[in-house]
Amino acid sequence: MRFAMAIDTKKCVGCSDCVVACQTENAVPIGYCRDWIVEVNDGTYPRLEMEIRSERCNHCSNSPCVRCCPTGASHYDYGGTVLVTPHKCIGCGACIASCPYDARYTHPKGYVDKCTFCVHRVKEGLPPACVAVCPTKCLYFGDTDDPRSEVSQVLKKRKYKRLIPEAGTNPNLYFLI
Amino acid sequence: MNRRNFIRISTLGAGGAMFGSIGFGNDREPSLIDRLTGNTHPVESGYTRTPTYCEICFWKCAGWVYKNDQDEIWKIIGNENDPHCNGRLCPRGTGGVGMYFDQDRLKTPLIRTGARGKQEFRRASWDEALDLVAKKLDFIAKKYGPETVALITHGSGGKLLATLMKAYGSDSVAGPSYAQCKGPREVAFGLTFGTGLESPEPTDIRDTRCLVLIGSHLGENMHNSQVQEMADAIDRGAAIITVDPRFSTVASKSKFWLPIKPSTDIALLLAWMNVIINNGWYDKEYVEKYTTGFDKLKEYVQPFTPEWAYGITTIDPNMIRDTAKEMANASPAVIIHPGRHVTWYGDDTQRSRAIAMLNALLGSWGRRGGFYLPELKEIPEYPHPPFPPVAKSWRDILAGRYPFAELPLANAIVDGSIKGNLNDFQYRGWIVNGSNLNMTMPDTRKTLEAIQQLELLVVIDTMPMEITGWADVILPECTYLERYDVLRNDHNREPVIALRMPATEPKYDTKPDWWIAKELAGKMGLEKYFGWKTFEEFLDYKLTRMGSSLEEMKKIGVKKYERTSGDLYFSAENPPVFDTPSGKIELYSSQLEEAGFDPMPRYTAHEEPPEGYYRLIYGRTPSHTFSRTSNNPNLSAIMAENKVWVNPKVAANWQLKDGQDVWLKNQDGSTTSFPAKVRITERIRWDSVYIVHGFGHTSSQLTRAFKKGVSDAALITKVLLDPVMGGTGMRGNFVTFITENPDKEVKA
Ligand code: SF4
Ligand code: SF4
Ligand code: SF4
Repeated sequence: MRFAMAIDTKKCVGCSDCVVACQTENAVPIGYCRDWIVEVNDGTYPRLEMEIRSERCNHCSNSPCVRCCPTGASHYDYGGTVLVTPHKCIGCGACIASCPYDARYTHPKGYVDKCTFCVHRVKEGLPPACVAVCPTKCLYFGDTDDPRSEVSQVLKKRKYKRLIPEAGTNPNLYFLI
Repeated sequence: MNRRNFIRISTLGAGGAMFGSIGFGNDREPSLIDRLTGNTHPVESGYTRTPTYCEICFWKCAGWVYKNDQDEIWKIIGNENDPHCNGRLCPRGTGGVGMYFDQDRLKTPLIRTGARGKQEFRRASWDEALDLVAKKLDFIAKKYGPETVALITHGSGGKLLATLMKAYGSDSVAGPSYAQCKGPREVAFGLTFGTGLESPEPTDIRDTRCLVLIGSHLGENMHNSQVQEMADAIDRGAAIITVDPRFSTVASKSKFWLPIKPSTDIALLLAWMNVIINNGWYDKEYVEKYTTGFDKLKEYVQPFTPEWAYGITTIDPNMIRDTAKEMANASPAVIIHPGRHVTWYGDDTQRSRAIAMLNALLGSWGRRGGFYLPELKEIPEYPHPPFPPVAKSWRDILAGRYPFAELPLANAIVDGSIKGNLNDFQYRGWIVNGSNLNMTMPDTRKTLEAIQQLELLVVIDTMPMEITGWADVILPECTYLERYDVLRNDHNREPVIALRMPATEPKYDTKPDWWIAKELAGKMGLEKYFGWKTFEEFLDYKLTRMGSSLEEMKKIGVKKYERTSGDLYFSAENPPVFDTPSGKIELYSSQLEEAGFDPMPRYTAHEEPPEGYYRLIYGRTPSHTFSRTSNNPNLSAIMAENKVWVNPKVAANWQLKDGQDVWLKNQDGSTTSFPAKVRITERIRWDSVYIVHGFGHTSSQLTRAFKKGVSDAALITKVLLDPVMGGTGMRGNFVTFITENPDKEVKA
C-alpha cells in the first residue's frame, strides 16, 4: 500500500480551505500550517499564465527527514506515510533542514510537526480533511499500489509533475497539469 | 521557524518561492493537541454534532458543528445533503469556529458615556440597555413618527428585528446587499424576464458548456456551490470566458481572457449582440416565440461593430468575434453570468440589462446549462395581528426618485438622515445589525455626518466593529454557533430548508437577535407580535406545518422537498411565463422608456483617471467576507492584510518596490488611514490598482485587524448613482500613491 495525493492545478483556486480545514481538524496552532498554497505567475500583461498548487509533505518514499532523524521519531508508517512521534522528538530540527519542500515546522510545544495525510481519518475510511473539504474537488487521495483507486485512475488519464524530482526523495504528491 | 507563510507567491524567473517568516504569538492553545500522539485522533463517529447553517456569508451553507470530548466546539463540516455546499464548506465557513473563539468579541451590553465616535462606554445589564432603547424609540415615535427609524441589517438575525420594526410602524428595513451590491441586476433581469435572480442565482453551471464572467471573479468570491459547479465544468471541458482588467484566478483557468479597459463593458456587450444578431447566431425559435423588440434591437446594435468596440474596450475585434462564436456554439447551454456585486459606474442597471438581453438572444433563460427555474418552499407565518399602517413608507420618502427600486436603499437612509437632504423628512434613529456601515457604505465621511445627526443609534453586532464606536447603545449578539435563527429558505433546484440551532451556550453576556427583538417588543407594548413563548415553539409551529418538526430537523439539519412547479427548464408541459407587461422577454423595455430611461442599453464613456492616478478596483479574496472576518483568528492567519496590486510599469514609474508601504489618496484628497504594502504584479492593468475589500480597520479593539491594510470605503468618496434604481456605483474613483507617511508631512 502506498498512499499518495494528486492535486489538480487546473481546478485549484487557491482558496486555502484545505489549510483551514487541516488547522481545525488537527488543531494546528494558529499561525502555523501543515499545508499551504503556492501561486506561480509567468508572462507579461496580457499574456499571462498562473499555476496554483496546494502543497504539503510529499510523504517521500526515500525521505531525507527519516534518514537524518537521530531518535527515530520521524518514521515510515501506515501506507508509507511519513510521521513524527511527538514524545520521541527532541526538536533538534535536523529533519526541517533536510526537507527540500519546507514541509515541517516546530510546534510551540517543542516537537516537529507536519502533514500526516490524516492517517487517523484514513484508517476510519475517511479522506484526509483537506481532501474532504476542497470545494473544487481538486485533491485526490488513495493507494497508488491499487490500480483501481481514484488516484491511480486520475494519474493514468492526466499529465502530471512532481516537485524537485532532482532531490531524489521519490515524493508521493502528484501535480496534475 | 515561527509563523509560516500560508500563501507563497512567486514569479518565474524572479528567484523562486519566498519563504520568509516573522514571529507571532498564539491566540489559543487547543486542548486537542495534547492527544495528538499516535493514531488515536478522534474522527466524525462518536462525537456530538448539531446542525447549523453558516453565517459567514450570504450563501448560508448548511453544516454540522462538531464538539470534541471536552465539549468544546471543534470544527464545522458541510452537510452532504445541502445543495448550497454539498458537504464542503468554503474556507470562511470552515474557519467559522474562529468567530466563536475570537477573544475580541463584544461581551456585554454597553451604553455610551462620551461623545459619539469616542470609544467611551459603560457596561450595562440587558435590562437597562433595552429599557433605554425602548424609551428612546417611544420618544422618537411620539415626536417624529416611527417611520423615521430605520433598520439596516445583513444576515439571518435581522428577520425578527424587521418584525419589530413593522410592529413599531416603519418599513425602512434596508440591507447594503441591495443598493450597494446586487440591486441593479435584480431590476434589470426583472425588467427583461419578469423575474429577478435572488440568491443563490439560478445559474445552471452544472450543465453549462460556456460560462461568461464579466468582472465576476468566481473562485475568489467563494459562492460555494457555484464555485463547485465551475470546477466540475472545468473538468468537463466547458469553456470559460472571463472579462476582467485583472488576471483573476478564474481568468487563469479560462479559455478566453479579455483584459478589458475598465468601465467599457457595455460596449463589449453591444458588440457581442451585434455579432450574434448579424451572423444569425441567436436562437431564432426562442427569440421569435418568447421575446419582443428584436427588430428594434437589431437596428439599434448596427453601429456597434467589434471594430467600434475595439477603440473603446481595447479588445481585439477577432477576440470579440471568436468569443461570440464560442457562446453561440454552446447556446442554449451558455451563461452570461449576471455577477453579484454590480454597482460600478452608475449605469449598472443598463449593463445588467445588456447581460440579460444577451442571455435572451442565446436562449439560455429557462434552459439546461443556462438558467434553471428555481423553486422556493413556502413557510407558514407564526400568527400575529396585522401590522399598523406606515405613515410614510420608504418609497414615499424617495419622492419619485429611483422609480425602479424594489427595496429600501441603505444609501437613501444615510442621505435622508442629514438635515435638508429630503426636504421636510429626516431619519432620526437607526438600528444597525451585522452591517459595519463605516466600511460597507461608500464615503465614510458622509456616513459619519449622518450618524452625528441621529437621536438614536443602536448597534447589534458580535464584534467591536467601527460602527459600534458611534453607537448610543451596543447590544452584543451571540454568534451563529450559539443561537437559533429563522429557518434558512432560499430558492434552489429543489425547495430546501435548513435549521440553525445552538451548538453551545452563548459565550459572555451575549444574546440572539430574536431574543433582543422579543424583549424590546415586550418593553414597547408590542408583545402581541411575538406570540410564541420560546423560539423552539416558533420554529416547531412552522415545521410541523411543513411535514417536519423541530425534532426531525435537529437530526437531519437540511430537508429537501419535491418540486411542485414542474420541470427545471421550459418544456412543452412547462411553458414559460414572463411576468412583464408584454408577457414576453422584453429586449426593448417599454417600462424603462415610459419612465424616461433608455429602453435599450447605451454605452457612455466614463471619466478616466487623471495623470498620475489609477482607477481603484476592489474585490474579494476567498478567505474573507467583506470587513466582517478580518479579525477572525483562523482567517486572519490566512490573510491578515490587503496589498495594493500595481503593474510593474507603474511601479517602475513611481520607483515602488515590492512590499513597500504606500498610502493611497483619491481624487478628492481623501487618504487611507494606514499604509498598505505594494504587490507588484503583471496581473493588473497599468491604468488601475486593485485591493481586496474589507481591510484597514480603525477600531483598535479588533486586535488582529486594527491598522492592517487599507479600507476602500475611505477612497470611494465619489458615488455614481444609478438613476434607475438608486444603486451606488463605486468604481469611478481614482487613487495615487503617497510613499511617505502623510501624517508626518502635516506635522513637519
Ligand atoms: S481547498 Fe482545494 S481549491 Fe482551495 S486551495 Fe485547497 S486544494 Fe485548492
Ligand atoms: S516532504 Fe519533507 S518532511 Fe515530507 S517526507 Fe519528504 S522530506 Fe520528509
Ligand atoms: S460560502 Fe462559505 S462563508 Fe458563505 S455560507 Fe458557505 S461556507 Fe459559509
